[in-house]
Amino acid sequence: MAIPRFWRHIGSRYNLVGTKCKVCGKVYFPPRDVCPVCHRKSLGSMERVKLSGSGKIYSYTVIHTPQKDFEMQTPYVMAIVELDEGPRVTAQIVDCDPSEVHIGMRVRAVLRRIGEDGEGGIIYYGYKFVPERTSAKGAQGHLSVK
Amino acid sequence: MSAGIVSYGAYIPRYRIDVGEIARVWGADGEARSKSLAVYSKSVPGPDEDTATIAIEAARNALRRVNIDPKDIGAVFVGSESHPYVVKPTASIVAEAIGATPYLTAADYEFACKAGTTAIQTCMAMVKSGMIKYGLAIGADTSQGAPGDPLEYTASAGGAAYIIGKEGVIARINHTVSYTTDTPDFWRREGQKYPSHGGRFTGEPAYFKHIINCTKHLMESVGTKPSDYNYAVFHQPNGKFPMRVAKILGFTKEQITTGLLTPYIGNTYSGAVPLGLAAVLDVAKPGDRIIAVSFGSGAGSDAFDITVEDEIENYPRHMGPSVMELVENYKMVDYAIYAKFRRKIHLGV
Repeated sequence: MAIPRFWRHIGSRYNLVGTKCKVCGKVYFPPRDVCPVCHRKSLGSMERVKLSGSGKIYSYTVIHTPQKDFEMQTPYVMAIVELDEGPRVTAQIVDCDPSEVHIGMRVRAVLRRIGEDGEGGIIYYGYKFVPERTSAKGAQGHLSVK
Repeated sequence: MSAGIVSYGAYIPRYRIDVGEIARVWGADGEARSKSLAVYSKSVPGPDEDTATIAIEAARNALRRVNIDPKDIGAVFVGSESHPYVVKPTASIVAEAIGATPYLTAADYEFACKAGTTAIQTCMAMVKSGMIKYGLAIGADTSQGAPGDPLEYTASAGGAAYIIGKEGVIARINHTVSYTTDTPDFWRREGQKYPSHGGRFTGEPAYFKHIINCTKHLMESVGTKPSDYNYAVFHQPNGKFPMRVAKILGFTKEQITTGLLTPYIGNTYSGAVPLGLAAVLDVAKPGDRIIAVSFGSGAGSDAFDITVEDEIENYPRHMGPSVMELVENYKMVDYAIYAKFRRKIHLGV
């Protein structure tokens, strides 16, 4: 990836910054300059908003044949996450086994490495999602004090 | 008005490896290893985690618990010995990811395991002098030991973030002192993947000398004795050293238990004392007195005398995960998966 191309999207990739149409109230991610519902009425009324990062899995797939840079993570889960504000984003689901993932599962955004230009290149950071655990007991179990 | 902790946040990666599993691979006696180190398991970062992502999670957890504008954070300092870049700051990535940019100063610190506490001291100074309203100090690491080296049993990952300010202080930092000498007990040269150390030399002339002298210096400066403190947090490269140094200094096991995490998550290096202190703040009550003393090889110690304020009663600790929640949310991996996650396996491509 070209450095300027990544750099231009840092705001969105790190902090899920989208846009909200002040005319109809619809929220978009990634950011848009014009609302596709309100068209020119929305010109100058598209407001930058930071999304909460909370949402649920709309759909997902488990990748067994990885693309380059993901060999260490196979099998991994890619999902369409429906954010609480409305927009749907494609992202990796991490910190859980593929067998735990299901449609409707509550998730929250975290920042992780999404790629790098080899060992000497730039590291790309961006959003991924982890399960929203209501209690620690959702994991393998409690550590017993030995 | 003096400076103190306005908010704090912790983060520990989810994966763990058992000390016995590491011993199995190297033909060592796992039970004996575990007993001699007083460490049962250590945290392992996921394949997409590094010091920057850990620092960011900790910082975001600190911000979840307090209603302050990130733009009021005038300084971000990240202490680590495992920054993702040698040149290019972790601190600017963190500042961007919490929305504090662009009007702030930022830098990375490195002082083995004590860089995080030094970041707290710098933030205190900048807040007290009026240069900034809030400062964000983070200690975070994804430390590595060479395969088969004794360090591999403990070198782990985690971090904690502290927002330092004058308003809405939940724990006042009454005083801080440091103790620094040129002691070559542990190092990593430019371009080297794994650190080297002086074996037993890391004990008496390094860890013990610096922590003991720094702790005594702090207590003499503020006129306290060990029994004045409800909690004590000492740097914890393993489970044994902090227990021994506490005993030498006259602190009880009860005083150090709450802040002693190494037995379950290993040595989080720059994250160790910040995480131990966070575990104490998770349960502390107004009026509690805490002493926290870090140690960084090379070598130095920073000591803090802290009093918990009434404000902690109004502080929404539940808005971020407690340290024990993070400790208990774990998944064990075997050595093969650990080696893959830690990039100890090289792909032939």
